[in-house]
Amino acid sequence: MKDTLAITEKKTAYILTLPAVALVFAIILFPIFANVWISFKEVELKDIRIPEPRAKKIIKSISEDPSKIKILYKLRNSSLLQEVREVSFQDKFPRNFEIENLDPRCEFKKYTLRCKFGNWPAKYRENFQVVFETNDGSKIDKKAIKSTKPKLDGTSDNILLNTNFTLKNFKKVLFNNEFVDLLLTTFYYTFFGTVGSIIFGILTAQMVNQKFYGRTFMRSVLLFPYVAPVVALAYTWELLLDPNSGTLNSLLINYQIIETPINLLGQKYININILGFDFKLRLALTTVIMFEIWRYFPLAFLFILARLQAIPKELYEAADVDGASPFQKFFNITLPQITAVISILFMIRFIWNFNKFEDVFLLTGGASGTRTLPINVYQQGFTISDIGMGSAVSIVIVALLLLFMFFYFKLLGKRVDEN
Amino acid sequence: MKTKNLILFTLISSFFLIFIVSIWKILATLQGLNIQNFNLQIIFIFGVLISFANLRIGNKIKDFYKSILFSIIFVICDGYLIQKLPLWYNIGIFLILYFFVNKINKYSFVNLREQHSTQVIFFEFLTLFGILFFSFVILFPFYMMLITSFKTQIALLVNPLDFSINFGQDLKSLFKSYFVIFESYNFGRYILTSTIVSVGTVIITLIFAIPAAYAIARLNFFGKTFMSTSILIIYMFPAIVLVIPLYTIFSQLGLRNSIEGLLIVYTATTLPVAIYMLQGYFKSIPKELEEAAILDKLSWFGIITKIIIPLSIPAISSVALYVFMIAWNEFLFSLMFLDNPNSFTLSRAIQYLSGDAETPRQYLMAGSVVVTLPVLFIFVYFEKYLVSGLTTGSVKG
Repeated sequence: MKDTLAITEKKTAYILTLPAVALVFAIILFPIFANVWISFKEVELKDIRIPEPRAKKIIKSISEDPSKIKILYKLRNSSLLQEVREVSFQDKFPRNFEIENLDPRCEFKKYTLRCKFGNWPAKYRENFQVVFETNDGSKIDKKAIKSTKPKLDGTSDNILLNTNFTLKNFKKVLFNNEFVDLLLTTFYYTFFGTVGSIIFGILTAQMVNQKFYGRTFMRSVLLFPYVAPVVALAYTWELLLDPNSGTLNSLLINYQIIETPINLLGQKYININILGFDFKLRLALTTVIMFEIWRYFPLAFLFILARLQAIPKELYEAADVDGASPFQKFFNITLPQITAVISILFMIRFIWNFNKFEDVFLLTGGASGTRTLPINVYQQGFTISDIGMGSAVSIVIVALLLLFMFFYFKLLGKRVDEN
Repeated sequence: MKTKNLILFTLISSFFLIFIVSIWKILATLQGLNIQNFNLQIIFIFGVLISFANLRIGNKIKDFYKSILFSIIFVICDGYLIQKLPLWYNIGIFLILYFFVNKINKYSFVNLREQHSTQVIFFEFLTLFGILFFSFVILFPFYMMLITSFKTQIALLVNPLDFSINFGQDLKSLFKSYFVIFESYNFGRYILTSTIVSVGTVIITLIFAIPAAYAIARLNFFGKTFMSTSILIIYMFPAIVLVIPLYTIFSQLGLRNSIEGLLIVYTATTLPVAIYMLQGYFKSIPKELEEAAILDKLSWFGIITKIIIPLSIPAISSVALYVFMIAWNEFLFSLMFLDNPNSFTLSRAIQYLSGDAETPRQYLMAGSVVVTLPVLFIFVYFEKYLVSGLTTGSVKG
């Protein structure tokens, strides 16, 4: 009795989870494997389309004889690159139809025209014409003929399914001169974006954790950048930073802080002089990182605030009795309490920033030194139309992420052991 | 010790004063006033003098009169020494000073003698500074987005610093950008598509996620722990890695440029979060209810629809709101899968609009307002549900 209950429970569980698991498998896990497959192939965007035979039906009435009709099929191979083999054709006609001059490739049986056109090379085109006559001399209804569509079939190679593999894509990705630069840009973007958003998160959480008038309102306001759509925010920032008539540049010029406008999103380097040392700051990248921090510190803020509110009040009361200063309280009580949250946040944000595509794409499109790896996936795959290369870059991203996670957990595990 | 504390206190408070007055001056500049100089030195000197005088006077006069007195002195000096400006600007300055003097009123020489008083003061002013700073930095772009959508191309080019809106004009010309984007740029259609896609994603995700979350929360089966841990790992997986294979597969299946294709992808990407959030809530529902139901010979379908769903309406609605927001804001997949303007979502449509350099920016901003408003409205209105959910599940981004 107990066994059957356990079995029904199991069965129910599988039935309940199956739809979700199947969908996630099809849309998330399968593509990851497909990515590995594609990355070892030479595929371009234009190769993806499966070649298929197509026909356009044009009906022409013959003016002197209403019982006759001419039908023109414009046949073509949809692909400009590949052939279609064993094309078959089929179209149905009303019962009182008879055909004139049957093409040798075709046969007309049971009111159906069937043809075998053989192999069509790439770019193949043919105008195929048939003439029909009604056997009882009645008028032909053109609409009825128009409503039936011809069916065409053919086999062709799907470039994705053959087994020609190559290492060319990976060679191109890894031994390209730009690769180190790409990696560095991605790293700067990810690292500073993550650290910045966590620092701002700590500051704001600490701030909102105090009592003041309008605190709940402040909490919602702080989350605005995180919940609003990227598209709207990115274009607003672009407008704000625009060198010609952007608000920020106009303000700075108005207050005589700068003399000429700075193109914050379009200038790769800017020279900065600090204490006699010349620095070359990557300006566009810095701006993009600022946007990143601005948009994502709310997540850090929320996590840290939730943790702060869970710290027992007694700790602070005890510290007050001991005469600890606010700084001491922060560094000796608050900070140790939130390190766990910070380390989780660091990992989450690092992974997500590493893969961030939309923000950079919308702000700069990857120009002026802001090309990160995800941008490169898009550019290789869709701008240069080399799907294989794009896949190879995304495989590199996954590999780097796994490496990061491995070391991160190893490091974290060690620290937990020490404690 | 006392003088050091005194100096630090006056310095911190006058820096704070400089900061709030500067923000007010920036805002005033953006209303079209011609302010070219912050005159920080003068404000700084005033700040020092006011905080010192405030300590000196102490309780000899009532706080209220003290605040009024200092504010009026500052406003008059500001008007004479720096620049003569309209009345509303001076009223603003007066209110800022009133607020500032009220803030420093609670400090006295006695406070300053206490242990760690400078650090306490520092933290208090830092908090105030932070509140103002972050509100300004966060709200300013939203403010700009809204104002720009009400302006005309010429006004924007002539004076980019003039953010004032002329409310004297009739409504039709005030909302001109909105009329244009709905009439000539087909925004009505995009809103419809976005709504269909987002609501559809919510419904399908819930249909898939509720049974799965129930099974993970309650039933014992082989692979359960594996499933619940893999949910989180899948959740971390980057969308950019999925884009190319999905693009090729969807092209071959003819699912690109279709709402169905978007629905499938959005559902799959939001499912892990939804399952994770729901199963956490389902676990908190007392088991006894279901045991009673099993005795009543209710099937699993009955248990889910009659017990679990009615009991977890808050969790389900917060998941639904999340999924809606994710689907509404989604950009990457809509960029990849949609290239026919007839099937654009709002985000994609705005990106498409901006691709044309000729598009006036007020239209772009009007579009941005249209795409942002529903999300912010949902967020502010249902904030209580959402914030608690954010920390458990967190929106992917």
